Amino acid sequence: MTAIVDYGAGNARSVGWALDRLGAPHMLTADGDALRAADRVILPGVGAAGSAMAALRARGLADVLRALDAPLLGVCLGLQLLYERSEEDDTVGLGLFPGAVRHFPDAGVPVPHTGWNTLAPVGADAFSDPLLSGVAPGAYAYFVHSYAAPVGPETVATTTYAGRTFGAAVAAGRVRATQFHPEKSAAVGSAVLGAFLRL
Amino acid sequence: MLARRIVPCLDVKDGRTVKGVHFVDLVDAGDPVELAAAYAASGADEVVFLDITATTDKRATVVDLAARVGRVLDVPFTIGGGIRTVDDARAVLQAGADKVAVNSAALARPAVLGEIADALGRQAVMLAVDAARRDPADPAAGWTVRSHGGRRETGRDAVEWVSEGAVLGAGEILLTSIDGDGTRAGYDLALLRAARAAVSVPLIASGGAGTAGHVADALEVADAALLASILHDGTLTVPDLKAAVAARGLPVRPC
Repeated sequence: MTAIVDYGAGNARSVGWALDRLGAPHMLTADGDALRAADRVILPGVGAAGSAMAALRARGLADVLRALDAPLLGVCLGLQLLYERSEEDDTVGLGLFPGAVRHFPDAGVPVPHTGWNTLAPVGADAFSDPLLSGVAPGAYAYFVHSYAAPVGPETVATTTYAGRTFGAAVAAGRVRATQFHPEKSAAVGSAVLGAFLRL
Repeated sequence: MLARRIVPCLDVKDGRTVKGVHFVDLVDAGDPVELAAAYAASGADEVVFLDITATTDKRATVVDLAARVGRVLDVPFTIGGGIRTVDDARAVLQAGADKVAVNSAALARPAVLGEIADALGRQAVMLAVDAARRDPADPAAGWTVRSHGGRRETGRDAVEWVSEGAVLGAGEILLTSIDGDGTRAGYDLALLRAARAAVSVPLIASGGAGTAGHVADALEVADAALLASILHDGTLTVPDLKAAVAARGLPVRPC
């Protein structure tokens, strides 16, 4: 059973439908015991970092997510919350990855970064992490975001917008996350979700 | 680099597509959900649904449509038709849509654009503008905005309205040339260039596509092209259009 964290994220329903299309059983829950018992956990996220972290803490879920043994997948804001901090609302995140999530620079292009953009491997010709095993370098995924993660040792795919190259997918240990929306990214998104379900 | 987008548009009434659609291998060509999924499978980057059902409970109608589409479609989609308030927009997004299209309601009360953007993010707000040339023979005379499906002349300058809409909260502009709509004679490129110069938010070209070359012409200026009859009647396919756009050296997501 895959558990989707229920804390008011706008895309939780769309993530559930994407799992339905893959035939994967799932539940939407804010119960810490249910999350600890799940085979996998997805942290969705659409909205502002400050209110999202407040919602996780109010439900007692921040510590649960930090200490999970099962594979965890953050999506969009769910990726940004994994970092130490976010510039958005000056928010302290879950701290699973070091560094700060920052707003796009004012480069004369529209923010949020919205649309289909390309995924590039880091330091190699192909994606090495199992999450991206079904994704070709240069494949397009669907993004909607105004803040972006730094590129660090955890970064397994990058994307460039507004003159900044940022972490589009991250992986370390049992934790994975995508800045793009796999639930809205057609075959590429299905491949990513399918790979997560096999972790 | 962000891809230029190909966006099929479906008019929906009472839960069914309005115009005849010729699409291979469809069980039910009148079902907007199945049709949208077929377009997505053929490479469409997103889908716009314009609901023209005449009903007293418009919100329930569009929320039901959004939920039916959201279960099936694996690309982003927009719902327009009767969205007048933040609560209307929120209900449609919570049902699974990515954006709402607002047209006449924004002309009647422009502040609604900012209200939706503040509550749900400007990326969720598509301002739809129907523009008509003041002088059909002379683009230098400018364009005015029509409301109510192009039937009512507002007298408002179209490029100024596009600009104002982006300032108020629209994250994207869907710009339809009333003169071009249905003619298949090509987009009103002068209109697109004037709007492009006025705003930096994404611009979706609509009205006049007759060939893949027309679409490529539009996407030299705009970020996306909205297409209806020319796709629905099978004259062109999404892969045809993307091949023509890619041949200009513009980025497209492969089908």
